Amino acid sequence: MSNRLKLITSGFIKNNPTFVLLLGMCPTLATTTSAINGMSMGLATLFVLVLSNMAISALAPYVPDKVHIPVYIVVIATFVTLLQFIMQAYTPAMYETLGLFIPLIVVNCIVLGRAEAFASKNGVLDSACDGLGVGLGFTCSLTVLGLVREILGSGSVFGWNFIGGHDGMLAFVLAPGAFICLGYLMVLFNKIANKNK
Amino acid sequence: MEYFLIIISAIFVNNIVLAQFLGICPFLGVSNKLSTATGMSGAVCFVITLATLVTYLINKYLLLPFNLEFLQTIAFILVIAALVQMVEIVLKKISPSLYQALGIFLPLITTNCAVLGVAINVVTKEFTFGQAAHMLNLGESLVYAFATSLGYGLAMVIFAGIREHLSMNDVPKAFKGVPVALITVGILAMAFMGFSGMVK
Repeated sequence: MSNRLKLITSGFIKNNPTFVLLLGMCPTLATTTSAINGMSMGLATLFVLVLSNMAISALAPYVPDKVHIPVYIVVIATFVTLLQFIMQAYTPAMYETLGLFIPLIVVNCIVLGRAEAFASKNGVLDSACDGLGVGLGFTCSLTVLGLVREILGSGSVFGWNFIGGHDGMLAFVLAPGAFICLGYLMVLFNKIANKNK
Repeated sequence: MEYFLIIISAIFVNNIVLAQFLGICPFLGVSNKLSTATGMSGAVCFVITLATLVTYLINKYLLLPFNLEFLQTIAFILVIAALVQMVEIVLKKISPSLYQALGIFLPLITTNCAVLGVAINVVTKEFTFGQAAHMLNLGESLVYAFATSLGYGLAMVIFAGIREHLSMNDVPKAFKGVPVALITVGILAMAFMGFSGMVK
């Protein structure tokens, strides 16, 4: 049991997909214009990650080695299509906002990376825990990055405006701010991680 | 005239890396050296244009007539994976040195979101280039795809040039590697923002 807990928690710091493994950079930068957008993107990825990890770990023994990558991609694409239907039905506004980046979860290296590195060699439950851990780590980093950009860029927190009447620094909502914020957050993360060593 | 607007818009105004955030992983991964960066951009350029051609035709003549648009994601990624495999085989034969230099990043073009992103964008989004919003036809799609990949190459080559100089400088320890690269891209993106508004 504690082993599974460890799997979940290692996704936060040691194997943090954004700050340590540098995977899934595109959605990280593109969808974090506000904290809520970042969090939604993270949760969408979490959904696909857990389900595809489980399906792949169950299928892995029956898939011939030569075609395993295409098979994994099709499995992942199936869950992404499922997610598209669900989001279109229940959260159409968020589906519009995230737009292209929902179908692009298929090519998010985190999902295929976990399938290849973990799910193909481990049991269904362990893989689900691993997907959950990495997915939560991803959601956390996206929310933090979204929060920083929202505070600097539009002066609000989760849509609640705290500077009243003033506009934030627009650049942080636009493309350059995404790169610069992520760069500085990474520096901060490195500092903290090195100190703990 | 419209083709000209498409080209300017795709290369400068809506640069795929610096404004649309697509294809960041290989952008950060192989931009350490100018030569690998050019090789990678060439491979991406080829795959994006070819993939857009094939996916556009599949979408128009296979998916739309049978109301199967929801299969777009699955169908497109399979086509792209097959294409990349083909490019890999051809490159291995024609230019082994380039094949060696690209290494792991060649099969990774499959998971380069720029390729799938452009393919999906072309068939789902309406574009405005100086006239009313409309879906792109085949010729416009190909020009758009090619110009987008040129923009990718441009950003990649500029960034690789900067990075070669950066590696010789004394950077604070916590900033070393990716963080300082990201901040540099941020400044580059800011420079490219100067083009915004040039093409509506």
